Amino acid sequence: MPHRAFFAFIMPSLAAMLLFIALPIVSVAVQSLYVQHERVVTEVETCTPFSGCTKETRVDAEATEKLRNDEPLGRFNGFGTYLDRNHLAVTEIGAILSDNAGFKDTVARVYNLPFYRALAFTLTYTFVVTPFAMLLGFCIALGVNAIPPFYKGPVIFFSLLPMIVTPLVGALIVYWMASSQGILGATLQVLLNDPTLSLKSSAVLTWITLLVYGIWHNAPFSFVVFYAGLQTVPHDTLESAMIDGASRWERIRFVVIPHLMPLATFVGLVQLMDNFRVFEPIVGFSAEANATSLSWSIFNDLRGQVDQLFGSAAATSMLTIVGVIILLSPVLVRTWRDFNRR
Amino acid sequence: MMVTKRRQPLPLAVLSTGFVLLWVFMAAFPFIWTVWGSFKVEQDFFSRDSWWFAIEGTRTIARTGSAFTGDGYYGAWVLRDFFSSVINTVIVTVSVVVVSLTFGTLGGYALARSGYRYTFWLLMLALVFRAMPHITLVSGYLLPFFEMNIWGYMPTAIIVLVAINQPFTLWMLHSFFLSIPKDLDESAMVDGCSRFQAFRLVVIPVMWPGVITTGLFSFLLAYNDFAVTAMLLSQPNQTMVPKIASFLGTVQQEGNVMFAVAAVVSATAPLFVLVLFFQRQIVSGLTAGAVKG
Repeated sequence: MPHRAFFAFIMPSLAAMLLFIALPIVSVAVQSLYVQHERVVTEVETCTPFSGCTKETRVDAEATEKLRNDEPLGRFNGFGTYLDRNHLAVTEIGAILSDNAGFKDTVARVYNLPFYRALAFTLTYTFVVTPFAMLLGFCIALGVNAIPPFYKGPVIFFSLLPMIVTPLVGALIVYWMASSQGILGATLQVLLNDPTLSLKSSAVLTWITLLVYGIWHNAPFSFVVFYAGLQTVPHDTLESAMIDGASRWERIRFVVIPHLMPLATFVGLVQLMDNFRVFEPIVGFSAEANATSLSWSIFNDLRGQVDQLFGSAAATSMLTIVGVIILLSPVLVRTWRDFNRR
Repeated sequence: MMVTKRRQPLPLAVLSTGFVLLWVFMAAFPFIWTVWGSFKVEQDFFSRDSWWFAIEGTRTIARTGSAFTGDGYYGAWVLRDFFSSVINTVIVTVSVVVVSLTFGTLGGYALARSGYRYTFWLLMLALVFRAMPHITLVSGYLLPFFEMNIWGYMPTAIIVLVAINQPFTLWMLHSFFLSIPKDLDESAMVDGCSRFQAFRLVVIPVMWPGVITTGLFSFLLAYNDFAVTAMLLSQPNQTMVPKIASFLGTVQQEGNVMFAVAAVVSATAPLFVLVLFFQRQIVSGLTAGAVKG
């Protein structure tokens, strides 16, 4: 296809992506260098006949408003926002590292900083949910592959539901069941014989609930892909493995799993990307007291009732984008090498 | 079919069937439970005494005289105006699907037919864009949109969702068009068609299976989105998902959690129907990306 025709065909799509994905990234980068204006303060002298004159400072609402309207970006702050307490917290980290009471204390104090708190949960979620969901999906695929064909349709139908459901809605459904007055929460209270047990009360329980929800939500995707992959496992290889005396487990280990490996890489990559932006479950479970994620921090900054903290949100966004690129880099490097070899 | 299936020893067969049953129960039960519970009063669905109340509807009978009540639905749809957000959702999702498929088929076709190096880079770029968390993009939009005075309107949210959707659509349709033989449109061009005529007269009639599959996923993205619609739409233009989120804050204080439960069930119902009718396409779409990617 000649260049002209190619660009004519791809123009709408490319324009949409450049305008609404590439340009916003630039906009985020610019915004992250600015912070909102401080309030304009004026000094007013009030004099009364008896007590003399007093000076007081007042916030000049009008001037503040005008300044903010004239320069909506705020004032230039360089990398200040990145380094402040709500983001990388460089001074705080320095203080913690130079003066702490052992490893446990360091971790606890670092965890109290908002950015690291969000990062800790985001990374835990990404790297716990992804492998476990893939493992569960693989087991389901093996199980479904062995049931009579007649039942496969309905089983796949129900299996798709946790994945296809709107993430916020799915989170709410599970949250209501897991709340102390819902069926799951109440049953757990009875089973563990602890009538005050509430999944919301402790950080550990909230994390576990969110992780379990994540695995429930993500397993169907791996299941569907692995199930399709199982249909293409070469018959001959399996049979010759059997003739060579391979047990059922050995056949799975040495024939099926290697065959599914390319699929697993793909599933893993997609799941890592999706889990890294974990956001809706935290809103759905109202878990922000115990677990926050990078996406949630950005949302929280933007949602502010009084002031929307564009600069702060943008700085977290930039750090998130860096995280995404680090996650993607092995894939990008590998593709680059493959491409050059061709 | 796998050989293993034929000669599974009994304990293993029991174990694997049991596991599948357990999974199906885990996958389906939350939905069945919530649909059932949405027809009860709050004191039953969130019973302080026993969840058995939710099954029998003890309080529901005491309050309304029957074991099922549509109060939650009435409250959500009529009193809290869930209806208008349903209409907004229809507008947004239909527009997003139509526009992103139009852009995507053109782009995907071009990527599949051009042999130049830059197609590879465009696809890689799309992969990187695909990985961007939506909320980071939203934080890039807000201020410029405020300044340009286009914040809060549906067309804005639609075009943003279309753009966010493009990387995925391009990848899917690109691999789909690769599976349509090149000879088809090339022979049309030999017969005197222009590139666009070949696309319109020869490729469009045979592309529908791939387009429908891709369209399903565009629909899901637009329908399930929370980050973009919650931040970019003004109150009256809200779609269902942000509406449900806004219910949570206000409704919980007034003791009308059932409104939210009814709204959640209403928002899930179309997805049930979708999976029911398009299960095959969804499965093939999920695997097509995997096998080819």
